[in-house]
Amino acid sequence: MVTPQDIKGWIEENLAGSRVEIDGDGHHFEALIVCPGFSGKNRIQRHQMVYGALGDRMKSEIHALSMKTLTPEEQASLEG
Amino acid sequence: MSIQEQIKELVESNEVVLFMKGSPDFPQCGFSSRASQILKQCGTHFASVDVLQNNEVREGIKQFSNWPTIPQLYIRGEFVGGSDIVMEMFESGELQKKLAGEA
Repeated sequence: MVTPQDIKGWIEENLAGSRVEIDGDGHHFEALIVCPGFSGKNRIQRHQMVYGALGDRMKSEIHALSMKTLTPEEQASLEG
Repeated sequence: MSIQEQIKELVESNEVVLFMKGSPDFPQCGFSSRASQILKQCGTHFASVDVLQNNEVREGIKQFSNWPTIPQLYIRGEFVGGSDIVMEMFESGELQKKLAGEA
């Protein structure tokens, strides 16, 4: 079964500069992905980047992944 | 008509169309339920396509949009996103503007 750690690893390996916080039960996952590369991209483009990092796994191993995508600046201003 | 052509026609002939699992009254998945609830709350009329009724459409829409998951929302022929994006846009007010043709 896929673990949150697996998904975190796959995204961080393949999406340069990304940091992932993730939770999940093996079927449904919720992730916060922070990446400077998201800057200037709309939500669809950002999600596509994450899907790209996960590749074929989205078709087979990951049933449901809920995503929040932020740049480091956006995250800082939310926490500020 | 190929499945891609059928999907193209659905997307072009309906102002707002949601590809989902189940129907707005009987959704079969939490994410699809959320997306259709949000659209209902916006008060817009929308078409919906139950991908569970047709496996070709279920796979075809993923290729068409280059997006691996369901639900998928189209507004005036443009792919808007899945359930996370629809929710974020609803919370920020962007969805309502887009539906009204202001965005």
